[in-house]
Amino acid sequence: MPAVQAPAFSASRFRAEREADWIIFDQLLTRLEKGSASSLSTEELLRLPVLYRATLSSLSIARATSLDRALNDHLESLAMRGYFLLYGVREKRSARLIRFFTQDWPAAVRSVWKETLVIAAVLILGIATSWSLTASDPRWFFQFVPENLAGGRTPEASAEYLRSTIGHGKALVEDGERSGMAVFASYLFQHNSRIGIMSFALGFAFGVPTLLLIFYNGLSLGPMLAVFAGKGLGVDFGGWLAIHGTTELFAIILAGAAGLKIGTTMVFPGEMDRLTALSRAGRTAGKVMVGVIIMMLCAGLLEGFARQLITDTVLRYSIGGTLLLGWLAFYYAPRRAAA
Amino acid sequence: MTPEAAAQAAAIQNKRDKRRQFVTPEGVDLELAIASSGLRFAALVIDLTLLVLILILFSLLAIWIGFGSGAEAGVTIWLLGFFLLRTFWFIGFELGKRAATPGKRIVGVRVVARDGGRLTADAVIARNLIRELEIFLPFTFLGAGAAEDMVGWGTSLAGAAWTLTLGFFLLFNRDRMRMGDLIAGTWVVQAGRARLARDLATASVADETLRFTDAELAVYGEFELQELERVLRTNEARVVTQVADTIRAKIGRQRLEADDIFLEAYYRQLRARLERGMLFGKRRADKFAKE
Repeated sequence: MPAVQAPAFSASRFRAEREADWIIFDQLLTRLEKGSASSLSTEELLRLPVLYRATLSSLSIARATSLDRALNDHLESLAMRGYFLLYGVREKRSARLIRFFTQDWPAAVRSVWKETLVIAAVLILGIATSWSLTASDPRWFFQFVPENLAGGRTPEASAEYLRSTIGHGKALVEDGERSGMAVFASYLFQHNSRIGIMSFALGFAFGVPTLLLIFYNGLSLGPMLAVFAGKGLGVDFGGWLAIHGTTELFAIILAGAAGLKIGTTMVFPGEMDRLTALSRAGRTAGKVMVGVIIMMLCAGLLEGFARQLITDTVLRYSIGGTLLLGWLAFYYAPRRAAA
Repeated sequence: MTPEAAAQAAAIQNKRDKRRQFVTPEGVDLELAIASSGLRFAALVIDLTLLVLILILFSLLAIWIGFGSGAEAGVTIWLLGFFLLRTFWFIGFELGKRAATPGKRIVGVRVVARDGGRLTADAVIARNLIRELEIFLPFTFLGAGAAEDMVGWGTSLAGAAWTLTLGFFLLFNRDRMRMGDLIAGTWVVQAGRARLARDLATASVADETLRFTDAELAVYGEFELQELERVLRTNEARVVTQVADTIRAKIGRQRLEADDIFLEAYYRQLRARLERGMLFGKRRADKFAKE
C-alpha cells in the first residue's frame, strides 16, 4: 500500500496561496529600509500593516504545519523586519529631536544631581590637594603634570614666558611651534573627550575607577594653577582656563556623574531587579552622555578659536561665566512639564 | 540513551537555548536568536577594517590636496579623525533603520531592545560609548607603552591584557551581552535575510514510480528531515551520494535510481508524513524519539 496520499491541507498548497503577499511585503520592506517612508505611495503605505499581519499569520500557520525550514526561516526574517520597521519609530524624527533637546536631556542631567555634586567635590578636592602641595614645594609639580602636557609651563619658567603661553605680552613661541598648535588642539580635544567617555564607561565597576579618574584629573590641574598664581598670574590664567574650562570641566563632571550613576545602580538597584535597574540607569546616563559630547564640541571650539582670538582677561571670564550660567539655567531651571 | 542520541539532543537543546521569547503586540512570538560570539567578532573586525581603510583614504586625500604639511595632517587625521569616526560610526549606523553597522549587516545581526520596545538613541549611545573601554583602552595601553618611557613594556602589556578581559564579558553570559548591552538594555540578535527558496515538496513524476512504505519513512524525525533539506539545497554531489547511500542502507533498498532523485522523493514523502502527523498534534523531534 502506498504510504502517502496528498492530504486536503498541505504546506505546499498553503505556500502557493500566500506566496504573492510575502513577495510584495518583502519588496516594500526592502524599499523602506533603503529609503524613507516617502518613497512609498499612500496605497502602499496602507497595505503595509495589512501585509505585516498577514505575514505574522502565515508564520503562525507555517510553524504549526510546515517542516520546510527555508520557508519558516524566510517568514521569520520577514516578520522580524516588518516588526522593527512598523513598530520601530512611533514619532517623527524632528519631534524626537526637539523633545530630546528641550525635555529629555536636561531632565536626565537633573536626575543625576546627587552624583554630579559628588563628582564636582572629588574634582575640587583633587585640584586643591595638588595645588597646596605644589605651592608649598614646587618639586611636587612633576609628580602631577606629565612633561608633554606641561609645555614648558614649569615652576622654573619665567613670568614672561608663562604670560606668553596664555596669549598675553610678546609671543615667545617660535613660529615653528605655532604650526604644531592644530595638532596640540586636536590632541587636547580627543584627550578630554576620551576622559569624559572613560569616566562614564568605567562607572560599571561600581563607580570606583570613575572617582579615581576624576580625582587624577583634578590633580593634574592644581599644579598649573599653583605655578601661575605663584608668579602673580593667577587671575589671567583663570581667564585663559575659564573661557572653555567652565564648559569642559562641567562636561567631565557630568560624564563622571553618569558613570557613578551606573556604578551605584549596580550596587543599589532599588526595587527593580538588577538588570532592569541597570538598563534604566544606562539609558539615563546615555542621554547625559549625548549632552556631554555636545558640550565637549562647544568646549573644543572655544578652546581652538575663541581662546586664541580673545586675549582680554575680563572678556574671557565673562564668556566663561555666561556659558556656565547658561548651562546651569538650561539644566536646572524649573520648567513646565511636558504636555 | 545512546551517546549518539545524547549528542543530538544536546545539539537541538543548544539551538533552542539561543532562542529568546519576543512577543509582538499581535501575540506572535518572533523567537529571536541570540547572535553568537563568533558573528559578533566577525562584525567587529569588518567594521574596524572599514574604519582604518577610510582613515587611510582620508590621509592620502589630505596629502594629495596638500593640506598643511604631510606629517601634521596625518597626525590630526589619525588622532582626531579616528576618535570621531569610531565614536560616530557605531552610533550613527545603529540609529538607522537596520540598527546595524555595515559589519553587522554583512554577518546578518542587529541590535534590539531587550524589553521589546523601540531601540532608543540613548540606549545606542550608552552601549557604544562603553566600547571605548572594551576595545580602545587596551590599544591605548599599548600605545602609551610605545610612546612614553613612563611605563615599561611589561606594565603596558599587563594593562592591555587586563582591559582586554573586559571585552570578553560577553562570553560569560547566556545572552552574549557585552557590558555595553548590559547597561543599555539591548541584545544583538540574528537578523539575516533568508531568501524564499524553491519548495522542494512540489510533486514530480518520480513519486509515481518511487514510493516508500510507511515503515521505510518511520525511521526518521524532524531533525533528520531538516538536515536532508540542507543537503538537498546545498546540492553537493559527494554529500548527496553519501547521504543517499546511508538512507538506502538504513531502509534496505537497492541502488536503482539516481541519488538526487531518490533523495528528493524520500524528502517529499517523509515531509508529507511528518506534516500530516503535525496536523494531528503528533511531532517527532528526531529519529531517537518514539512515534
